[in-house]
Amino acid sequence: MFEELKRRLFRWQSDGIAPLKLSQRRIYILPTRAGLLFAVMLLAMLTGAINYNLALGHALVFLLFGLAMSGLVHTFRNLYGLSIAPGRCIPCYAGEQAIFPLLLANDSDRPRPTLRLRANKANEAAQCSLAPHETRSVQIGIQATHRGWLALPRVRLETVYPLGLFVAWSYLQPEMRVLVYPRPEITPLPPEAAIHAAGEYRGDVGQEDFSGFRPRQPADPLRHVAWKASARLGGSDTLLVKQFSGGAASDLCLDWLATPDHASAEQRIAWLAGWVVAAAAERRRFSLRLPGHEIPTDEGDGQMHRCLEALALFEP
Amino acid sequence: MKFRNSSPPLAYGDFPWVFAGALATTLPHAGHQPLWVTAMAASLFLWAFLRWQKQAAPPVRWLLVALVVAVCGAVLLQYRTLFGRDAGVALLVLFSALKLLELKTRRDAVAAVTLGYFLLLTHYFDAQGIPTAIGLLVAATLLTATLIRIHGGPLLKPLPTLRFAAVLMVQAVPFMLVLYLLFPRISGPLWGLPQDAHAGRSGLSDQMAPGSIANLAMSGEIAFRVRFPGRPPERNRLYWRGPVLDSYDGKNWRALPPMGGAPQLTFRSPALAYESTVEPHGRRWLLALDAPGALPSNFGLSSTLTATIREPLIQRQRFSLSAHLEYAFNVEEDQRVRERNLQLPARTNPQARALAESWRQALPDPAQRIDKALALFANGGFAYTLTPPLLGEQPMDDFLFSTKRGFCEHFASAFVFLMRASGIPARVVTGYQGGELNPVDKFLVVRQSDAHAWAEVWLAEKGWVRVDPTAVVSPERIGEGITAALPEGEPLPAAIQLRSDWLRDVRFRWEAMNNAWNQYVLGYNTERQRDLLSRMGFPDADWRNLAALLAAACATLFILVAAWAVLQRPRRDPVQRLWDIALHRLRRSGVNSAPWETPNHLLNRVEAELPQWAPAFTEVVSAYLDARYGPGPADLNRLRAAVARLPRWRTL
Repeated sequence: MFEELKRRLFRWQSDGIAPLKLSQRRIYILPTRAGLLFAVMLLAMLTGAINYNLALGHALVFLLFGLAMSGLVHTFRNLYGLSIAPGRCIPCYAGEQAIFPLLLANDSDRPRPTLRLRANKANEAAQCSLAPHETRSVQIGIQATHRGWLALPRVRLETVYPLGLFVAWSYLQPEMRVLVYPRPEITPLPPEAAIHAAGEYRGDVGQEDFSGFRPRQPADPLRHVAWKASARLGGSDTLLVKQFSGGAASDLCLDWLATPDHASAEQRIAWLAGWVVAAAAERRRFSLRLPGHEIPTDEGDGQMHRCLEALALFEP
Repeated sequence: MKFRNSSPPLAYGDFPWVFAGALATTLPHAGHQPLWVTAMAASLFLWAFLRWQKQAAPPVRWLLVALVVAVCGAVLLQYRTLFGRDAGVALLVLFSALKLLELKTRRDAVAAVTLGYFLLLTHYFDAQGIPTAIGLLVAATLLTATLIRIHGGPLLKPLPTLRFAAVLMVQAVPFMLVLYLLFPRISGPLWGLPQDAHAGRSGLSDQMAPGSIANLAMSGEIAFRVRFPGRPPERNRLYWRGPVLDSYDGKNWRALPPMGGAPQLTFRSPALAYESTVEPHGRRWLLALDAPGALPSNFGLSSTLTATIREPLIQRQRFSLSAHLEYAFNVEEDQRVRERNLQLPARTNPQARALAESWRQALPDPAQRIDKALALFANGGFAYTLTPPLLGEQPMDDFLFSTKRGFCEHFASAFVFLMRASGIPARVVTGYQGGELNPVDKFLVVRQSDAHAWAEVWLAEKGWVRVDPTAVVSPERIGEGITAALPEGEPLPAAIQLRSDWLRDVRFRWEAMNNAWNQYVLGYNTERQRDLLSRMGFPDADWRNLAALLAAACATLFILVAAWAVLQRPRRDPVQRLWDIALHRLRRSGVNSAPWETPNHLLNRVEAELPQWAPAFTEVVSAYLDARYGPGPADLNRLRAAVARLPRWRTL
């Protein structure tokens, strides 16, 4: 069984552009609640037709039975031969919906209306209709709760078209995963002073030009607190941190060690992710230093994604 | 609270479909149900329609519950029950309208459509003819289209949806045929039918008043249809016996309770087999051809030779019967029966009695008296008419001596009166006489207008002998039928008055079609099923064989339909197909092409890897690109020729 599963997964991985074609082995079909109601109604009608000796009543019951049978075949046909290929997944942040695009390709001459895809019961089903020879991307959203790789669970693809008396379904298990970045905790960038490694060639520029105070954020180490200024606020809970300007042009080194070490690892990763996002938003050049892993200084979206990926997969 | 399996809301555009389906299934009942049901259903429909137009929410729950209670109460008041045929139909119609009112989710719509399918069945209570069948087929297609629409999304256009529904119905037909032929037929009701199951029918009754048969003769309705294996006998020998009336009270003739044993018959001509399909008349008589031969065990033969069945005939039914046209009936008759058939009310019709008495004095032989009476009718200035003058207190005297105009019942009853008065046991026999051969399907059609009354007299050593005085007055009535017998201007119904034009031909065809429908579709019953099965090679199939056969047939059909669905290949672009053949041949020779590779890129590789193919493949690429992207219609022949020039197998 494991071998079988692996083979299937392997096919998905190795042959990404070759779509999976739904064959009769993968399609299951059962009556729906409406179908059961229909069956009960047919029995009642048959009883009536026999009791009142209605010849055409018999014919009507038999015609409706045939209708259900032909509806069954058409429901089956709505899935049969449908091609499904995994699409390209885009990373997301924890707390967001991870989007898994599946490419549904209809290469037959008839439409395939109302196909519903659902990863699990809790999630809302995605629905789509395919015109003849149409390919469409259907996005399955799954709530991303933790950073790291999020694999697409088993997807149920179902349809009740055309009569709603039968539901045909198939389970898809494409090897698809989305990288979930840590949820960034937006916090001001750390003062340059905390970034010792960056000072090698830039010096402590920026740290000299005092520009004012700002309220302390949890990511600021206690030793940066301006105690006197804070005391002047008169016993309120807010602590102030000195803010320095002039760092705009300088390189940042976002260091694991610069985050308060009493915080949990996940919290520290969240702060680092927040810094990465903020630094990228300010178009700064920055590097990321994690225990045992370092991403050299660079800038732009590419650098941001590299750093976020490192944070997503970092195991402290 | 949200239900776990909550159904999606119904799209705005789906409502008209559900509405149309409900209308198509309830509207035909408007003619049969009480006016208030129609009015109530119509106002609910209107309310539902307005609600949809304003896109308002359905009425609150308590109001709906109140409406349901009101509907049930009203039906209960009208019919005194909630079950039974008519009450059930009225309830279904009203619930169907109520369902529209609370239409909100897809599940509601499915329930409404299911109700509609059920309502279709109830239309067959009223009629099972060809027009009903076609009308209901259309309604069923509409309901199916509604189902497709509510499950297929609002993008489906109306016409393709209807067409698809029709395709589904057509695919259902083979299943229907197989089940119709092979499903074990259970005859008779499963439980006692309610009182209202069968409404009153027209036809003969067990008494005869002046004018009662004339009234019946005004109807062109079909009473029964007969098929003889060969040529039907002469028209004037076709006497279909109904009730025999042996008591006269001065005005009406009535049937008395049977007396005497089973009839003693001596047949003087061979049996003539025939098959009769009798329309329901609500009585027990079979209207068999005189004299009935051996009858199946579940039929009876009264002491007056009337063939009967156990239960009143409430369904159209087919009987296999036989008759002997020459026969002697009760040569030895019970004394009491003979006396009973001499009874006349005292002190009535003195003139007629005097005439009969004079015959008895002058003519000792009863046969002579009969001839004398017939001669009186033939030469006494009597006329045959549907609209005879009214008769007074002494009806026989009035008729015989002054008005002299009458219909068959006048002649028959006057003749029987004269016979009894002259001492010959005699009685009135009612039934049908004649019939019209439909040249299309060779069925002999007997209508209500063929209703007839004749006389029967008992003669020693001969038994009961039929005497038809009408035949003397109007030989055309017996020889050709009522249309020929009646003078112009008589108020006959249009249906039977068609004398000889194309309308008559149309009527023959239409009736033949209806008859075929009745015989082969509606009349398919247990016997026909057994007959079919034995011809298929299952001589004595019980329900177990039948079920197995049915399952096998259904499974075969299902596999056929499924195979059709699975094996259907999409139509491919011919240009693409030819190009794929070319690629396939390349692959055989070792040049694999990637899906993203352009034809020209592939050509470059072929030139490098398989140079001997390059000239042929250059032409293929050129023709392919021209067909695919060039102006004008694709030149398939050029591409086909180019592909054909590619070597089939690997060439060295």
